[in-house]
Amino acid sequence: MSTNSVLYDHPGPRARTRNAVLTLVFGVGLVALLWWVYRRFDEAGQWEASLWQPFAEPATWTQFIWPGLRATLQAAAVGMLLSLAFGIVFAVARLSDHRWISIPAGAVVEFFRAVPLLLMIFFVFYGVPFLIQGPVPAFWAVVIGLTLYNGSVLAEAFRAGIRSVPGGQAEAAYAIGMRKSQVMQLILLPQAARAMLPVIVSQLVVLLKDTALGYIVAYPELLQRGVNDLAANRGNIVAAAIVVAAIYIVINSLLTAFAGWLSGRTQRRAFRAPRPATDATVVEPQG
Amino acid sequence: MHVFADPTNFDAFLSGFLWILKLTGASAVFALLLGVLLAAMRVSPVPVLRGFGAAWVNIFRNTPLTLVVFFCYFGLFSTLGLSLAEDLDLNNYWLGVIGLSVYTAAFVCEAIRSGINTVPAGQAEAARAIGLTFAQTLRIVVLPQAARSVVAPLGSILIALCKNATIVGTIGLMESSNVMKDLINSNGDAVIPIFLVFAGTFAAFLIPTGYLFGWLANRLAVKR
Repeated sequence: MSTNSVLYDHPGPRARTRNAVLTLVFGVGLVALLWWVYRRFDEAGQWEASLWQPFAEPATWTQFIWPGLRATLQAAAVGMLLSLAFGIVFAVARLSDHRWISIPAGAVVEFFRAVPLLLMIFFVFYGVPFLIQGPVPAFWAVVIGLTLYNGSVLAEAFRAGIRSVPGGQAEAAYAIGMRKSQVMQLILLPQAARAMLPVIVSQLVVLLKDTALGYIVAYPELLQRGVNDLAANRGNIVAAAIVVAAIYIVINSLLTAFAGWLSGRTQRRAFRAPRPATDATVVEPQG
Repeated sequence: MHVFADPTNFDAFLSGFLWILKLTGASAVFALLLGVLLAAMRVSPVPVLRGFGAAWVNIFRNTPLTLVVFFCYFGLFSTLGLSLAEDLDLNNYWLGVIGLSVYTAAFVCEAIRSGINTVPAGQAEAARAIGLTFAQTLRIVVLPQAARSVVAPLGSILIALCKNATIVGTIGLMESSNVMKDLINSNGDAVIPIFLVFAGTFAAFLIPTGYLFGWLANRLAVKR
């Protein structure tokens, strides 16, 4: 069903009245709810100008929000590169004909997909220092955790993509004398990457959101700097959380819009991947 | 393994997972109810409802869960004075359930909406032709079929929800990740066994759950 309007008829006079009544009832309910929220905020003194004033001052942005955003984007960028590499390596390894490669690779992917990201970050941040007799920077704890988790999810996306390339493509490549590694590198991976591009970008949105877990190990990212540290100085935690949430929403909406645009492009230009199993297309809502 | 031979540690390990299960269970129920309601709103003929559903999805899908949970504690509880239980652990638990539910509901809504899109348009047209209203069409004809095609995505969401439950540790609940952190800090000589036990327990629960949902999805899929 492509359009939702199939579910109901073009509204006639009665349906229009009914819709108008429903709109009014729900609208009034919504306004009442918002009013109640407003009153609660008011009772708690959350509308006082002093709480919102900091966002008009440049210092708030230069000292808290911008450094936090930069740290978030740094961790996300490094995590994206590493998890893409991890994903490609393990997708190819899992599809290998040698069982001594494919089985361990499959086990690694399944394991890291099933373990909460926070456990991995805690292990790297608190556990690994005991093993290497030295501290692990919070940045690497976050990035390694993000890489293992999102890399595993991406490995599955790539695998689904590689398997969705029509079999004739690989056969034709073998027929003109390509070796297996050439078939993978030159024929299968580029097409898989293209077919799975929207899924990959959506997973990168998840990765960006997950950097917020860095707050838990005191990595100075956006949640830590822009909400926690800022509110410690100004006592405006609700206001700060709302502003920072808006920043996250803008960045992620841009990335999602980019994914939508890519999806339109790939559908026009690449071969049409036979609708991947719904499982592969739904991004796991971690963090 | 000597770490878990100590009954105090073993009890902490068990209660950590019990919190995870309780968080997952309660949030799954609320998120499913809320998600179905939001999906129905998003496909309804009333523009205000559609806008509300879309706003919910856009806000919560794009905000980190850590921030949502953080806000539930420092915003709703500390600042706005929303208290849900006398007991501190229980209060944090319910605040965590709120955060997990409103966040997960956005993903449930999108999964169900994508399921509605897999139902052939002719089905809804036929339902309309025999005079069913929008609510009847959705409830009797479309949603039951959509439900069967979204088993796999809902399974992924449930698994993610279970893993996400660890984030409630941010607001002080002693769930698995916090217990693991404490055990690691007091038993530096056994960090690898500790990690493997905690991670292994999640894997032992969640990998079979994933296969179960995959199998169910295949069985229940509407063959067209």
